[in-house]
Amino acid sequence: MERSMAYESDLNLKATELRLGLPGSDEPEKPSTTPSVRSNKRASPEISEESRSKGSSCVSSKVESGERDSAPPAKEQVVGWPPIRSYRKNCLRAKKNDQVDGAGMYVKVSVDGAPYLRKIDLQVYKNYPELLETLENMFKLTIGEYSEKEGYNGSDFAPTYEDKDGDWMLVGDVPWDMFISSCKRLRIMKGSEARGLSC
Amino acid sequence: MITNKKPRSSDTDSIYMRDDRTEMSEDDDRSPSPNSITDDSSQTRTYTTGSGPGPGPGSSSVLEYLPPCPDQVLENVLENVLWFLTSRKDRNAASLVCRSWYRVEALTRSDLFIGNCYAVSPKRATSRFTRIRSVTLKGRPRFADFNLMPPNWGAHLAPWVSAMALTYPWLEKVHLKRMSVTDDDLALLAESFSGFKELVLVCCDGFGTSGLAIVASRCRQLKVLDLIESEVSDDDVDWISYFPDTGTCLESLIFDCVECPIDFDALERLVANSPSLKKLRLNRHVSMGQLHRLMVQAPRLTHLGTGSFSPSEDVAQGEQGPDYVSAFAACKSIVCLSGFREIIPDYLPAINPVCANLTSLNFSYANVSAEHLKPIISNCHKLQIFWVLDSICDEGLQAVAATCKELRELRVFPFEAREDIEGPVSEVGLQAVSEGCRKLQSILYFCQRMTNAAVVAMSKNCPDLVVFRLCIMGRHRPDHVTGEPMDEGFGAIVMNCKKLTRLAVSGLLTDRAFAYIGKYGKIVRTLSVAFAGDSDMGLKYVLEGCPRLQKLEIRDSPFGDAALLSGLHHYYNMRFLWMSACNLSNQGCQQIAQALPRLVVEVIKHEDNLDMDENVDTLYMYRSLEGPRDDVPRFVSIL
Repeated sequence: MERSMAYESDLNLKATELRLGLPGSDEPEKPSTTPSVRSNKRASPEISEESRSKGSSCVSSKVESGERDSAPPAKEQVVGWPPIRSYRKNCLRAKKNDQVDGAGMYVKVSVDGAPYLRKIDLQVYKNYPELLETLENMFKLTIGEYSEKEGYNGSDFAPTYEDKDGDWMLVGDVPWDMFISSCKRLRIMKGSEARGLSC
Repeated sequence: MITNKKPRSSDTDSIYMRDDRTEMSEDDDRSPSPNSITDDSSQTRTYTTGSGPGPGPGSSSVLEYLPPCPDQVLENVLENVLWFLTSRKDRNAASLVCRSWYRVEALTRSDLFIGNCYAVSPKRATSRFTRIRSVTLKGRPRFADFNLMPPNWGAHLAPWVSAMALTYPWLEKVHLKRMSVTDDDLALLAESFSGFKELVLVCCDGFGTSGLAIVASRCRQLKVLDLIESEVSDDDVDWISYFPDTGTCLESLIFDCVECPIDFDALERLVANSPSLKKLRLNRHVSMGQLHRLMVQAPRLTHLGTGSFSPSEDVAQGEQGPDYVSAFAACKSIVCLSGFREIIPDYLPAINPVCANLTSLNFSYANVSAEHLKPIISNCHKLQIFWVLDSICDEGLQAVAATCKELRELRVFPFEAREDIEGPVSEVGLQAVSEGCRKLQSILYFCQRMTNAAVVAMSKNCPDLVVFRLCIMGRHRPDHVTGEPMDEGFGAIVMNCKKLTRLAVSGLLTDRAFAYIGKYGKIVRTLSVAFAGDSDMGLKYVLEGCPRLQKLEIRDSPFGDAALLSGLHHYYNMRFLWMSACNLSNQGCQQIAQALPRLVVEVIKHEDNLDMDENVDTLYMYRSLEGPRDDVPRFVSIL
């Protein structure tokens, strides 16, 4: 197919690459958004769901034909579609960057019982002890020792985080790099509630 | 109806005619404000020429007093009667009666509305209408907002401001939409009109904070400075501090789109010095603490844009913040709330005291979940206008439907404007809204998936719909339950909604959808089409079937020259036609240009493709009294 070059970049082969490294040990790829110039001679409706004969309107055929990779590539966007003004897009993009998208940046930290949330930059810390110490200082509480078997048993508070899949996990279970690439927000639970987690 | 007639002077009136009576027309995307200051229809003047009933001998008169002859008497009577004629349609009709009426109408018109700045030249407009107090100008076509047009296409304010500086010394109001405005233009405006009162810039660009500073300092009578969705460059000028220290007559100050930080102390002083201030919309650089201080200074505000709605970064932990709830409770007049640019949802309950009175609420920059929304919206019984992000999900929309029985206008914007994601709102939300909000008149709904059934339900439940804009973000996406095209849904809308004047379609659509529009959409004035239709027949149905069509914008649809030619009988009645990425050729467009000499046919090439090949990237054509404009950039050719 003539658009094999575009096709390859859409496939995001890196995400499905078989490697021995853990997820997170590489810099995440930035999606490329090449604005399309124009789309001519539009395909008829029956085949419109599949790849276009002329690739210039850059639709990711892979996604349209129903296949899904474990890491869907950023679909090349068509110029001016959906019809949202760039001012609005830019404002909302800034908000989305606040939510961790895999690139470990600012995450919200909530503590049960505190009136408002804080934000920390995960990239500032090199390991769990640094992070936990900061949290203890920030919120004036004790988190205590982590053990693989018992979690944070014996502490008043247990740190948890929401990962990419939306699940709440105990902080400390996975290697640091994996943690910061998947952590979306932090919640420091009261010890009594957290005891359920570690068993 | 009207067939291939050549334009007469009456066509000039259609250029000044406004389509409807709402301010800025229904495609105005500015944040909602029910008591808009652009209430042009109530403009009247008690200015007399000294020979008719009026405010007595003290009234100033430009004309010398001459003994009236019979014709003059008639004309004077007419003049005094015509002062009270406010509707543009009526005025245009009156001007056609005879020369005398034409002349008198021109003398008594005070509001000038130009829907397309290239349809008439500044010179022609200012020569005919000599006593204008308020000017509304619209420039670029709407699709330019979505990067479908290269920058520097045109719509410059400069020639207008120069002409008006000479002929309208008493100009008070200027409303612009999609125009290019420079700092020099603003300076000329500020210097030329000593009684200048109102400047409203919607979707404009080309100017910066230095231009604003000039307006702030020179326009001593300024009541309204509204910057709405405009791009303002940061010239490092603290424009707020240029307002006079001694006090202003400001009633409305809207600058939520201005991305540059402002000097808060200057703003606080300004608010304290502006006792008439009713509308204040802050930009995102104003924190909650600062908002609180301003609210305490101005408890009589009716419209408030809350800025960032989050505390500034250096709030210490555990410190007791200001009492936001009391501040809102003290502002008993607030009916319109917006802003929330960087909202921390935990602070949202602070607005509870004003919810019961709110008629307009704009959450369209606030990433708020259904859970956060529900306790707030359940108090908003009087809400008429609601703009929101799809982050509230179908569940949030159901909550809106349950409470907001007075809702007239709903806009649901996407938090993520992409095509390949799941999407939090769907036909479920639309159905709920249709069942709960029976008085709905205007809807803009972005979603990833939709069904015909929900659209049909809305067509039946909401008979008052005037504006229906549905954007299914996945191109060519069918009804996701039945797999059918979305033809039946949109067909039901044009069939059942007898008041519909504006329609935007999306999803998988065949020519059948356009057949419905042509058959039933008899009062449709604005139609927006993207990635739709099968063949030329689609466009033909619309051009032959919709006699009131004024504005037609089409992109990426398979309509070719034959379809274009089928509209020859109608193009003089339209404000414009836009077609991009369709199947048009230069030859077809040439035919139009030759057949209709009063039409300006612009072929716009994308900047990286300046060779003249047969395919037309973008066609933009509009009626004009002036012929080809003289400020054409190199990527535009006029046929």
